[in-house]
Amino acid sequence: MLKIENLDMRFGGVVACNNFNGEIGNGQIVGLIGPNGAGKTTIFNVVTGVYKPTAGRILFSPNGSEQHQLTGLSPDRIAKLGVCRTFQNIRLFGELSVLENVFIGNHLRVKSDVFSTVLRLPHYVTEEKRLYEKSLYLLEKIGLQDTRDEKASSLPYGMQRRLEIARALATDPKLLLLDEPAAGMNPQETKELIQFIREIKQEFGLTIFLIEHHMDVIMEISEKIYVLDHGVLIAEGNPSEIQRNERVVEAYLGVG
Amino acid sequence: MREKSKTHVTLIILVLTILGLFLANRYLDAYKIRIINLSGIYVTLGLSMNLINGMTGMFSLGHAGFMAIGAYTVGILTMPVSMKQMNFFMQPIVPFLANVEWGFLPALLAAGLIAALFGVLIGAPVLRLTDDYLAIATLGFAEIIRVVFTNTQSLTNGALGLKGIPNYTNTWWSWGVALVTMWFISFLMKGTYGKAFLAIREDEVAARAMGINLFKHKVMSFSFGCFFAGVAGGLMAALLGTIDPNMFRITLTFNILLIVVLGGLGKIGGTVIAAVVVTVMMEALRFLDESIDLGLVQIKGIPGMRMVVFSIILIFVVIVREKGFLKRTKGRELTYVKN
Repeated sequence: MLKIENLDMRFGGVVACNNFNGEIGNGQIVGLIGPNGAGKTTIFNVVTGVYKPTAGRILFSPNGSEQHQLTGLSPDRIAKLGVCRTFQNIRLFGELSVLENVFIGNHLRVKSDVFSTVLRLPHYVTEEKRLYEKSLYLLEKIGLQDTRDEKASSLPYGMQRRLEIARALATDPKLLLLDEPAAGMNPQETKELIQFIREIKQEFGLTIFLIEHHMDVIMEISEKIYVLDHGVLIAEGNPSEIQRNERVVEAYLGVG
Repeated sequence: MREKSKTHVTLIILVLTILGLFLANRYLDAYKIRIINLSGIYVTLGLSMNLINGMTGMFSLGHAGFMAIGAYTVGILTMPVSMKQMNFFMQPIVPFLANVEWGFLPALLAAGLIAALFGVLIGAPVLRLTDDYLAIATLGFAEIIRVVFTNTQSLTNGALGLKGIPNYTNTWWSWGVALVTMWFISFLMKGTYGKAFLAIREDEVAARAMGINLFKHKVMSFSFGCFFAGVAGGLMAALLGTIDPNMFRITLTFNILLIVVLGGLGKIGGTVIAAVVVTVMMEALRFLDESIDLGLVQIKGIPGMRMVVFSIILIFVVIVREKGFLKRTKGRELTYVKN
């Protein structure tokens, strides 16, 4: 699905990511962990086109047969190819309603041109109706159907996080990047989130790449974990391997 | 259900507007008719600026420039050939325009299209800027247009301006265009493209991550706004009959901005009401510019006093009700219901 080769990302003298190699297989849930400032979000930003990497390349093959080079593409092109993300510091369209937020996620798949939307030609009206139904379905999925007309920014924090996921799902992604989806959630909510991630993965046939600080989440749902420290990959493997890895423990707790 | 009742309300408003215009044309004097015309034109202007500034969140101050383009297009295209010869006595008009005499509708459409074309040309490089930088760049563009029009003697008749433009604009034209603009923008904002504009206003990074091509959508919104600014400029030219480059100064843009801010950024209904209120008040407050006799005291008239009043209202609105005088606390509701 996604292959990251020799990725380098420098900001002036700061090396945010140094020669990172990684691979995410079809239908996998892969975790990315590391202490604060390790360069996790930087990798997400490079994959989604927010930053152009200093060196290296990223290959994305949504269905195995075709392969796209993501490096150098703009974020909207990458989203169209089927890579969508959520943000660590929630970035919803705050003044817009909950339903509108999800609805906007559909926009990139709209085939009608702008004039047929203004004239409300029959083929657009049918398309719009379908998209509304899809948006409402997604809202139901995350349990926010009753707040559909509320302002997105007025929602409690946990709901905003879920709404971001629903908005990302509306873009019909193949690969979903979740940046700390459990941040600020209590244990109960975290449990529900794990369940929810498994559900959407099943239902929408997703591959998921996630950054998380809650170790219980990462250890429970990831099939493979990459551990970063100061921009360098220090370990990779399945959860039990990572838990036993000395370098990982050192990176998190420091050397005594 | 809600959808249906909304259509009914729209129809009722439409019928009332037509009836109102019909009665106005019958019973009101020329001065009042002119104010009604101006209101209609300012509705179009306010809405087109709100599309760019309020709905897409691009701080553009180039409206006067695009109006100038529209006004001159209509002026030159509709003016009778003999009138053109009288106007252009310093330097004859460029040959390919000397013998054109178009009807009002094609001229208005041309005005809009040329303004939109300039919108795309200016927008392509300039819309990469944000906030105050964009404001300065568009402001500069509007001034450049004005200076260019002052100096292209054989095309625009320079500082002399154009006189004797046929007075095609009547209440049907000005309000007809205003209604078309209202319809266009509200349907645009209902569809996914309009929602994408709002998304850009709210958060550009998130909008891009959701697959919205920023550049394409910004240029699209900007050129739509410019189209209607051009058409409104054309209506203005055919209403006044006389135009010159100095009409299209920055103060004109600020009058429209006043309407947009009073009506509320991103609000269609508010803008329409604000446009009418501001236009009427501009006339109604004229007494402030003249000397007032209060019996014992006599206040000497200060020209421009009414603009001071407007400025105070504007400051008040910005401080107290930053979202315009029609405030809505809930998020915009979507009217589509599954049934």
